[in-house]
Amino acid sequence: MSVAQTTPPLTLKPASGLIKKFSLTRAKEGVIKGLLFVCASLSLVTTLMIVWMFLTEAVFGIGGNTAFFQEVSLLDFLTDTQWSPQFSEKHFGILPLLCGTVVIAGIGGLIGLPIGLAAAIYLSEYAKPKLRRIIKPLLEILAGVPSVVYGYFALVFITPYVLRPIFQSLLGIDVDVFNAMSAGIVVGVMIIPTVCSLSEDALRSVPGGLREAGYALGSTNFDVSLKVVVPAAFSGIVASFLLAISRAIGETMAVCIGAGLMPRLSLNPFRSMQTMTAYMVNASLGDTPAGTIEYKSLYGVGFMLFLITLGMNILAQRVMKRFREVYE
Amino acid sequence: MSVPPKLQEPHLARRHRIGKAFEWLCCGSTWFGIVVLGVLLLSVGWKAMTWPAPKAKPAGSPTASTEAQQLSPPLSKKFFTNYHSRNPREAGLLSALWGSLWLTVLVALFSVPIGVGSAVYLEEYSIEGRLKRLIQLNLSNLAGVPSIVYALLGMTAFVKMFGLFHKDEEKTLVVNLLFTTVDVPLPFDRTLISGALTLTLLVLPTVIVASQEALRAVPSSIRIASYALGATQWQTIRHQVIPAAMPGIMTGVILALSRAIGEAAPLMLIGALTYVAYTPGDISNVSDIFKNPQGLLDAPFDKFTAIPLQIYQWINQPKAEYSHVAAAGIVVLLTILLLMNTAAILIRHRFQKQTRW
Repeated sequence: MSVAQTTPPLTLKPASGLIKKFSLTRAKEGVIKGLLFVCASLSLVTTLMIVWMFLTEAVFGIGGNTAFFQEVSLLDFLTDTQWSPQFSEKHFGILPLLCGTVVIAGIGGLIGLPIGLAAAIYLSEYAKPKLRRIIKPLLEILAGVPSVVYGYFALVFITPYVLRPIFQSLLGIDVDVFNAMSAGIVVGVMIIPTVCSLSEDALRSVPGGLREAGYALGSTNFDVSLKVVVPAAFSGIVASFLLAISRAIGETMAVCIGAGLMPRLSLNPFRSMQTMTAYMVNASLGDTPAGTIEYKSLYGVGFMLFLITLGMNILAQRVMKRFREVYE
Repeated sequence: MSVPPKLQEPHLARRHRIGKAFEWLCCGSTWFGIVVLGVLLLSVGWKAMTWPAPKAKPAGSPTASTEAQQLSPPLSKKFFTNYHSRNPREAGLLSALWGSLWLTVLVALFSVPIGVGSAVYLEEYSIEGRLKRLIQLNLSNLAGVPSIVYALLGMTAFVKMFGLFHKDEEKTLVVNLLFTTVDVPLPFDRTLISGALTLTLLVLPTVIVASQEALRAVPSSIRIASYALGATQWQTIRHQVIPAAMPGIMTGVILALSRAIGEAAPLMLIGALTYVAYTPGDISNVSDIFKNPQGLLDAPFDKFTAIPLQIYQWINQPKAEYSHVAAAGIVVLLTILLLMNTAAILIRHRFQKQTRW
């Protein structure tokens, strides 16, 4: 906003105060701007550091350090059905970990996505403002509960008091102490606030005119919300689903505590399973020395996780941008 | 008009019934999460106030039952003054409490200036263009990176410093601050500062985005008025824009910090999950600060533990009593988070009412 730059060229000599010359104030302004730019670029540096870390530790080692994928071939990593880095015969097949992640995120999604969307529809279409003012902070609190607490809840409440009575006593299915089901349920609860608040934003941005047009044609409240508002906000809803699933995949502590640490390639949700995130926590617990293959496997698994979540986030952004209906 | 009303009515009644059922379904879904939250709080609270029932003792032994009654519950005064112990009835979270406090303070010290600075640059200085779009896109991607990846980054960048220092070359840098010296281990290893820096990277996108929104909400008339009075850009930002955006920034910062307090996974990968029987800098109450001011400077380079880590450690203990000790830890953690959330909500409400632009 320096005035001197915008002053049109005059034949008259401008007043001395307007000439751009060195002053302490100007120098200070420049320095501050530079400092703020450094702050803003730190986020880029973070990304570069993440990329650098994965490239050097997982893809191609430098300085005499061999990377994970140089020791374990990518084909073995993606197709081997065993994950046993701790055993003497080491296998590094990501499939069991991927299976655990998909099963738990899937259960979480089946629970969290419909409930979150229904809650969003209720809050945006049905609830009175007063009720909204009560429910929104409560949902924020739900979103703020740390994941260790959810893990504890899965282990000491959901498994013994919900899953065991229903599935073991009534239906006769064995339920392990650590099981994917309890972890999936708490992950579902954890993503409810994410889905709800993002979908609600999308639903509320649908202009009232569309709703009124629907009512004018004789629609009931139900018709308007499900056949007019939800389709109109569809891109936002899909984006919220993708973000929520990506959160479910990256979820660590709840899954680690609730589902246990047994890598298993199976679809039975009542057995113990290990996810990619839980493996990373578990491998770091044993204090694996740097340079060993187990230590490097952390980066291999982390890289995989990073790529999956990044892919889903980018997809969500694309969906938002590409298919957004623009209302004036 | 042409549709005979007779034909429509039975359908209409059914449609309204379906609509009503749908409304109830949605209402139920809304309350589902809140009910789960309630059950969670009740079950954890109940566990935190009781010890497990003693294993079937001979019926006529009055000493056992009276002894159980006299014991204080897991969540008692003792819980805040003891360290972790092999005996679950003596276990407390003193070291974790101070560890979390230090983490919060350090994360706030790092993330507030950097976060607000970035937001100010992006909102006030940067010109619309490729660089700004790139930074924005990068921010939204960083916000979606799982915390365990940040943990890996923290381990690589701060604990090991990208392997710049080889195992046998690990050294201590002595920083001279004129009046005193501080020993800084290089690489940082498993110290508070590594944990704090990792959590800073984790919460930074949240802080930046919240601050950006707060700055965007300040009307441009305030800036223009300030320029008209001859203020420079930085003077305008410093004295007009930031104060006006303060409530929004504070709300965002508090919420981000409350996320940092509850995070366990990043700290775990850094290797903070150890048995720690001291507090950072040997400061375990306020008077220690005056007795041992050097401790304030040494603390960031001490090994540490934090509340969520301590809870995880207790959950993993085989003894049944530790499950109740973990519940007591959870009650403390949730109380802290609840207070911070309430503060954030109150700040938002208070200033929403006061400000009139």
